[in-house]
Amino acid sequence: MPFLKKDNFQRDALIGVFVWFFLIIFYHIFPYPGIHDIIQKVFILGLFAMSLNILIGYLGLIAFGHAAFFATGAYTLGLFLQSNLVTNFGGFSIPIAMVLAVIVSSALATFIGIICIRLKDIYFSFLTLAFQMLIYSIILALVDITGGDQGLMGGFPKPPFLGIDLGNPFDFYAFTIFISLITIIMLRQLIESPFGYGLRMIRDNSERPASLGFNNQRHKLIAFIIAGSIAGLAGSLQALLDVGAYPEWAFWAKSAEPLFMILLGGMHSFLGPLMGALIFEVLNDFVTANTRYYGLVLGLVILSFVLGLRKGLLDWLLIKFYRK
Amino acid sequence: MEFFALLDCIISPACLISQTAGGLKIAMLLFLVASGLTLVFGVLGVINFAHGALYMLGAYFSWQVMSITGHFGLSVILGALGVGLFGLLFERILISRIYNSDLLVQILLCYSVVLILDDLVMIIWGDEFLSSLGLPEIFQVPPLFIFDAIIPPFHIAIITISFIVATFLWFIMAKTKFGRLVRAAAINPKMLEALGVNTNIIKAAVFMLGSFLAGLGGALAASLGSVVSGMGNSILIESFIVTVIGGMGSISGAFLASLIIGMARSFGAIAMPLFTDGLMFLIMVLVLVLRPQGLMGNKK
Repeated sequence: MPFLKKDNFQRDALIGVFVWFFLIIFYHIFPYPGIHDIIQKVFILGLFAMSLNILIGYLGLIAFGHAAFFATGAYTLGLFLQSNLVTNFGGFSIPIAMVLAVIVSSALATFIGIICIRLKDIYFSFLTLAFQMLIYSIILALVDITGGDQGLMGGFPKPPFLGIDLGNPFDFYAFTIFISLITIIMLRQLIESPFGYGLRMIRDNSERPASLGFNNQRHKLIAFIIAGSIAGLAGSLQALLDVGAYPEWAFWAKSAEPLFMILLGGMHSFLGPLMGALIFEVLNDFVTANTRYYGLVLGLVILSFVLGLRKGLLDWLLIKFYRK
Repeated sequence: MEFFALLDCIISPACLISQTAGGLKIAMLLFLVASGLTLVFGVLGVINFAHGALYMLGAYFSWQVMSITGHFGLSVILGALGVGLFGLLFERILISRIYNSDLLVQILLCYSVVLILDDLVMIIWGDEFLSSLGLPEIFQVPPLFIFDAIIPPFHIAIITISFIVATFLWFIMAKTKFGRLVRAAAINPKMLEALGVNTNIIKAAVFMLGSFLAGLGGALAASLGSVVSGMGNSILIESFIVTVIGGMGSISGAFLASLIIGMARSFGAIAMPLFTDGLMFLIMVLVLVLRPQGLMGNKK
């Protein structure tokens, strides 16, 4: 049945619409701001982790500087909304700012990607780390523009557009989830397309596709740019949520977070990183509510996943109950 | 960017000498830590993300010994040895399980240990800054003046200690049987095993030596400044920079790269105070782009 095929767009769109309505009904049934906040963050961080998983899970490239694009998206949106341009664009400011955030982070990803994809293995990881820390240092050095180590302070306006007022918690919740679901559905199309299988082919045996006349480097670069722009989109949503942008978002520890999510959820299933984001956020919320020693608990959980389960939770569930 | 300030400094002997000495101190302390990291990578093939946490442990251990005995030399040596022993356990219990795993697993395992250790030291020693217990009396003398440049004696002591350790390390690696075995294990461990050498012992010993070096760096740093949870993070990144610039696994490369980074930090602080860290990462990017194997690394 074509409807059940993995790359069926109508099926995915239907599931997306269903999930969206379900979460909106959920919002009204459970009126607890804490839970809504977790769900929003799971989608934002899930987008971030899923974008990194294009490189890690499907391409086998361990990028360790992915937060650079997250921060670029956040700062682009914040700086645009703080500028005088908002008065010119009025109601269209937020959509324009988000598009701009994606464009700027994909431009940065193009520049960094062209240089990084020439390197392999550990050298690739170190170069992405170096670029990220260079961007972190630039953010700290440009005090006049970025606010240095204080971050983008003073907030920014969020003018309503198309009847959506992001200052309103419900509008923000529905909007964030809507944008995330659309991105996830598009990503699914990409991953199940011939291009996506090309990425898996490069991961599994890079010499074979190359000898078949396949342009490995171009595939890697396109994947890198797409991953960077989705991370930028996630960063812009995070900046809208926090009404600011902070240099820690460009620090290397921020790049470790999506790695944890990918590990917890699973890198070999499409929605694994999203599930990882859910585990990560719930753990974060539960542990910080009970103890100050969050790092200790997170460290032990990661250790038990690395040495015990040896794969992400969704990967494990799929192998146990579905893929047999 | 204040390049004129830099120019002023270079033409004045006082500034030039004090900045060079300061850079040398940073460089030698960094070399102690980074040489351990590059040694472990060269032989074990493991990127030890927990190296900075070992450095932090060294600082806490020596602070503890210092507060009990009040003896500086004892605190540094026991602190470093304690971290060496901890490293041995760490290698046997955790690291030895992931020798053949991929990079992601290695990073995550080591990073989880960093998270755990950062919180454990807070539970044991509290989350306040522990202030340095002061310099030993022999260093509590007026600073040296060379061409009006002020050089604290303790900095000279640190430079000397690190230099002795560097020479010792070179001697072990180049002239002893153990050094030959370690180099052989780095190049072809299977062959070495076929010749009847237990490479597991060599790996454990190398990891212990690497941890000892990190602990020594931390123990010396504890007498210079305060001790706090998470203090290993910045030195970890700097050690990565040194390892990459020098060539992964090359100890002499690490020495050269430490000097470059030390001077870049010392003089960069005058020329671009806000971008000193950025300068290091810029050098790292340039080396990786132009010569990925590092200044003194072998092309594979």
